[in-house]
Amino acid sequence: MAMNDLQLPENVFVSRLDSLANWCRKNSLWPMPFATACCGIELMATGASKHDLARFGAEVFRFSPRQCDLMIVAGRVVMKMLPVLQRIWQQMHEPKWCISMGACASTGGVFDTYAVVQGIDRFIPVDMYVPGCPPRPEQLIQAIIDLQDKIQREGTITGREFDTAGRQLRKRALVEAADPLAIDAARNPVLQRQLAAAATGPQS
Amino acid sequence: MSLAPPEIDVTQRGPEAGARSEDYLWTLNFGPQHPATHTTLRLVLKLEGERVVDAMPEIGYLHSGFEKIGEHLTFNQYVTVTDRMNYISPMANNVAWHHAVETLLGLELTPRCKYIRTIIAELARISDHLLCNGAVGLDTGAFTFFLYGFYQREVIYDIFETLCGARFTNSYTRVGGVSQDFTPLVIEKIRTFLKTFPKTLDDMERLLTRNRIFVDRTKGVGVLAKEEAIAGGATGPVARASGVTRDLRKDEPYLAYEDFQFQVCCASAGDCYARYLVRMQEMRESLKIVHQALENLPAGDVNVGIDQRVARPTKQQVYSTIEGTISHFELSMANRGFEVPCAESYAAIEAPNGELGFYVVGDGSETAYRARCRPPSVLHFALFPQLIRGHTLSDVVAVLGSLNIIAAELDR
Amino acid sequence: MPFVPPAVDDVLAALTERFGAVESSVYRGQTQLVVSDRDAFDVLRHLADAGFDLLVDVTCVDYLEYRGARRRYGMVYLLASTATNQRLTVRVFLDDPEPAVQSVVPIWPAANWLEREVWDMFGIRFIGHPDLRRLMMPEEFAAHPLRKDYPLQGRGERHNFPVITRDHS
Repeated sequence: MAMNDLQLPENVFVSRLDSLANWCRKNSLWPMPFATACCGIELMATGASKHDLARFGAEVFRFSPRQCDLMIVAGRVVMKMLPVLQRIWQQMHEPKWCISMGACASTGGVFDTYAVVQGIDRFIPVDMYVPGCPPRPEQLIQAIIDLQDKIQREGTITGREFDTAGRQLRKRALVEAADPLAIDAARNPVLQRQLAAAATGPQS
Repeated sequence: MSLAPPEIDVTQRGPEAGARSEDYLWTLNFGPQHPATHTTLRLVLKLEGERVVDAMPEIGYLHSGFEKIGEHLTFNQYVTVTDRMNYISPMANNVAWHHAVETLLGLELTPRCKYIRTIIAELARISDHLLCNGAVGLDTGAFTFFLYGFYQREVIYDIFETLCGARFTNSYTRVGGVSQDFTPLVIEKIRTFLKTFPKTLDDMERLLTRNRIFVDRTKGVGVLAKEEAIAGGATGPVARASGVTRDLRKDEPYLAYEDFQFQVCCASAGDCYARYLVRMQEMRESLKIVHQALENLPAGDVNVGIDQRVARPTKQQVYSTIEGTISHFELSMANRGFEVPCAESYAAIEAPNGELGFYVVGDGSETAYRARCRPPSVLHFALFPQLIRGHTLSDVVAVLGSLNIIAAELDR
Repeated sequence: MPFVPPAVDDVLAALTERFGAVESSVYRGQTQLVVSDRDAFDVLRHLADAGFDLLVDVTCVDYLEYRGARRRYGMVYLLASTATNQRLTVRVFLDDPEPAVQSVVPIWPAANWLEREVWDMFGIRFIGHPDLRRLMMPEEFAAHPLRKDYPLQGRGERHNFPVITRDHS
């Protein structure tokens, strides 16, 4: 029976599973406030009464990385703190995103000194950068809206958009297919399995 | 409060008769990323059940080399960095820094500038105490109180934004003056704030001051005796809650504090509750000061005159007088600027957190040779182990909140 | 007029009586004493007994690039009295190989962290300090960053971390 002929009740919508999952994910972001400095106060202001982050479904601040899927790094990260940041990032479950809030977290800001890490994106992946020193709460809210948009557009239910390793593997396979001297992929069971896993994703 | 760790009865425990009491202690790592630290500091707690036997604080998780930057930025540039020092009351840091620089230069401000700086320093004190007490409330379970406080902070942010364009990191002061004069709109907004804020403050007091849960959680917790406070170098509300009647606004009147009537708020209990009460009362006193200063705001110039050659002249002066043109030119040149003596001096103000001073060494150039900040938070946090010994784990957050530890000021 | 703290002439007189002539100067109403590192502890203890009960700050200045300076490190002890509001600055000058001075923690417990910070930032050893570890920088950090011969941007320590990409996490 063709889809067109099917009579659906009025309260039923048809969608792709990816799209549905993303819709759920983007509207229930649980931020992990990694607030170190001044930006942390603006982060508090964003959650407090006047700006009220709850309007965008991202007000459930949880301080346990296991419960969160959005890390907001607010403030400068220094040498002594960076291992802590990396540890907390690794403790968060996929899918997870990271907002680098403020000039210090993004680039080191005015603190071009011996102790301050010049941008956290040198050491952990970052999805959104918010400029400002510190950014106004409106800017942070805009960043969260943009991130929601990104999640809706790019997200997949298997989290393949994060799978840069698989992407590398597929790229290598293409190069090797063009090169007759490359190793024979057909006789290599490990590579074969990896290729099969990678082939389920969109070619990039 | 006794400083000795509580007695632990070894005979009442498990099978190993020879075990020492330390064997039954367990260690809890608290921070550096923890909701109740608010910022980045770390405590290693030694616990006996729920009781804290000892605490070892560790700091430096936000050390970003402020003092080293101070040796590379000019006196006017460095004010942007002081904003980020105690970031819940940046205006007070601005005032402290330029107070220290002007002490080094021996510069006498205009009366209007003194009054303006007094007003903004007191508004900064209010916003600092609002957040500090709000955070104590938040940590002890009173979320509404925090929201009330934060809403009023937004009003103060709004005043500052109208005043200088930045709501949070203001960088408002300059050597010999301030960046913008008060406009009628600013004065209007402060007047409105003076009218509306006491009502909110009353509401906040009604919410928390006699709240049974809050009082139970803070009274008698983290007691700091007067002698310990002085020996430990405590200043500001922490010392005043322990009965030290030291307030630089009265003891070493700087800016225009001599002209105003206000009380120094003290308590004798020295516990978290006393610190909360002192802060609540200080906000009322600050309101009095702001009110008096605003009603008696002197007319006249806000920056020191052209003859002093430190503050940038107004546009009118640059275009219409030769002194103004020369002064503007000299101050803008990279290798000119103003003259700084080869000397060193220390000057402090009563910041919301305590005595915030700068030890500035001048070497003749427009850049400080050394800009040492005397941060009140460091000395307060060093007192933490002796405040928490013998209390329970849940009291850690109450004590931390009431000391108002700001990591950026702690570590710089 | 700016506020001038109460004079400290009586304190200086008592100090001269006990330790002989003490080098002192006044700048902007602030009295500064210079004492030798041998006498420092005794002088500070004497001052503590004479009413300077509040240790405001302990810090240091590195005079490596200062015009006309003869000695490299200048320790700064800022003292105040909570009873009389007098203030006094005590300076102790030290020199390079192994700069060290007696710790004042036995006199004022407040000095504990302040001296640790000076050790961390300037590498000045405090003899008799109960717990002389780094305060701000990580333990494995090698340099003393506030010394004038240490560059503002550091020597690359801040880049020395493993990189986590999306593949690792």
